[in-house]
Amino acid sequence: MTGQEGTEPSPRKPTLAVWKFASCDGCQLTLLNCEDQLLEVAASVQIASFPEASREVIAGPYDLSLVEGSITTPADAQRIRDVREASRFLVTIGACATAGGIQALRNFGDVEEFSRLVYARPDYIATLSTSTAIADHVHVDFELRGCPIDRRQLLDVVAAFLHGRRPNVRGHSVCIECKRAGITCVMVAHGTPCLGPVTQAGCGALCPSYARGCYGCFGPMEAPNTAALAAWWQRLGVDDPGLVRVFRTFNANAAPFRKEADAHDAR
Amino acid sequence: MTHGKARGMSVTVPALARVEGEGGLEVVVRDGQVTEARLDIYEPPRFFEALLRGRRHTEPPDITARICGICPIAYQMSACQAIEDACGVQVPEPIAALRRLIYCGEWIESHTLHVYLLHAPDFLGFESGLHMARERPELLQRGLQLKKAGNRLMDVIGGRSVHPVNVRIGGFYRAPARSELRALTAELEQARQDALDTVRWVAAFPFPDFGHDYTFVSLRHPTDYPITGGRIVSSQGLDITARQYDEYFSEVQVPHSTALHSLLADGGTYLVGPMARYSLNSDRLSGPAADAAREAGLGSACTNPFRSIIVRAVEILYACDEALRLIGDYQPPDPPYIEVPPRQAAGFGCTEAPRGLIYHRYQINADGTITDAKIVPPTSQNQRIIEADLRAFVADRLELPHEQLTRECEQAVRSYDPCISCAAHFLDLNVQRT
Repeated sequence: MTGQEGTEPSPRKPTLAVWKFASCDGCQLTLLNCEDQLLEVAASVQIASFPEASREVIAGPYDLSLVEGSITTPADAQRIRDVREASRFLVTIGACATAGGIQALRNFGDVEEFSRLVYARPDYIATLSTSTAIADHVHVDFELRGCPIDRRQLLDVVAAFLHGRRPNVRGHSVCIECKRAGITCVMVAHGTPCLGPVTQAGCGALCPSYARGCYGCFGPMEAPNTAALAAWWQRLGVDDPGLVRVFRTFNANAAPFRKEADAHDAR
Repeated sequence: MTHGKARGMSVTVPALARVEGEGGLEVVVRDGQVTEARLDIYEPPRFFEALLRGRRHTEPPDITARICGICPIAYQMSACQAIEDACGVQVPEPIAALRRLIYCGEWIESHTLHVYLLHAPDFLGFESGLHMARERPELLQRGLQLKKAGNRLMDVIGGRSVHPVNVRIGGFYRAPARSELRALTAELEQARQDALDTVRWVAAFPFPDFGHDYTFVSLRHPTDYPITGGRIVSSQGLDITARQYDEYFSEVQVPHSTALHSLLADGGTYLVGPMARYSLNSDRLSGPAADAAREAGLGSACTNPFRSIIVRAVEILYACDEALRLIGDYQPPDPPYIEVPPRQAAGFGCTEAPRGLIYHRYQINADGTITDAKIVPPTSQNQRIIEADLRAFVADRLELPHEQLTRECEQAVRSYDPCISCAAHFLDLNVQRT
């Protein structure tokens, strides 16, 4: 190194903020679960706001905001606008932030009846009739999929935004990574219904590696042919209500899954 | 703001840091008396009990895991137990042992997160575990390695530590090979040593003099320290099955919380979690964990919530010991799961989440459709006692400077390791859909 100490100001560390909306905390926990990299991450960014991990809050703006959770209350619909304004890049982490999460099942019910049934005193609680993705409210720079997200992908995305490159996250299906991993196809070999052909990769084909069909927790891949897959599932003995349930889980409000479920919903 | 002996003031922490989920606390003092002490929970409700209705009896392990990313196994195991109870099946011992093993992983991961990243910084005057690491990197390194050992156990058995994919009603989709588990032995042996060092480390923290005689509630098992099952017992002589839970406990809604408060049927408050578990079961600890507890100055019961950090450390040590024992004895269950054909019935399940007793109840139809669900997580049960303790804690400390009092109130609340993400999602659903 030729630089003399004190001759140049050291570059300011980029600031990172982590925000929570309606969620289970599992995606932000994924950052803390990067046990081998956490101290390195903390050394290369300034963690300016991460309430789950620190009391310290440094005022924005922030270079990178990671947003977990979906919008389910009027207050949160406003708060996400404030977060957007304070953030240079805004990346959503997980199925709640990207597709409304499991709580988006409320979007398919009779919400008024639902509310009356659930609360002894509904007047104490402010809630919206829908659970929606962050991108339905503000511009999002990148959406990281998964329920929960994968920690390797998270580290890649953080590094990508800090270094001004594109994240190395692909939109292809779980099938591709399942084949690459050399796993025997659970649907072909065992007749186990699997959402792998229409689900975005990223988990490492986890479910098939545990002798289970994929249940779609990373949401729809780019241009999925859900109708063709649904026909396969029907041949394996899954009826319409079963298909509705399978497409209405953690990414129920993602458009391709929502449409396929609606196509089998008799109501 | 300065205070002598405060006559009127308030301590407000609008957003509590280093807890799981979103909540705040508010304490109001008028004329030298604490008039209000509230744990405000504004975490948005997610209506799990409502959205479970109409789903199939095979789905709650995956769906209820999403209530909490920190303790998904607690939800998966309680759901399995309740639904298997409804269907009248009991899993064979090798499956039960594998369930206990993955649950040990969750105890290690969740307790270590709390001890190192959420709670210890309070005792040492740091804003976070990461701040602590700037001065004492070796401490956080030890914590992270310990946490990783728990997560690895969940990864290997469950596929991943957040929302494991391998758990199903009746058992597991695939039983890990003996070699896969044996490969974890060295890491768990190191974890056991790290856990012992953790007990010694936290036992030397300065603890405020606080506490009282709690009504403790936890599971109790005939031979084991309770994790996956047992009878529900209390320090006041309660001794019931999960099936009787609703007769002895009730829930009420309050304006300042999206989580229901739990009470004993007589209106009394109670405490669940490590302090309760330890105080009711210290005679069931493994030898090394019992020795470490004794050396750390814990008696047969712990009644100071600030000292619960020692109990958590002892429980991490116990979970490491237990995991090593279970791996040593491991016989892969074959088949990895049993069939659980549905029948029209109600089922009940209780296990010990890291934060305490968790209760699931499901009503299912003959075709397996869920018609009613009720879930009571530990933090709902502890809300009342947290508020009562906060009130008593402040009443004795009115002379403290405001900033210090605020910090100490936060620390007091963190002692209970409240999981607000869990608590906020439970709303009374006793009204039947017609």
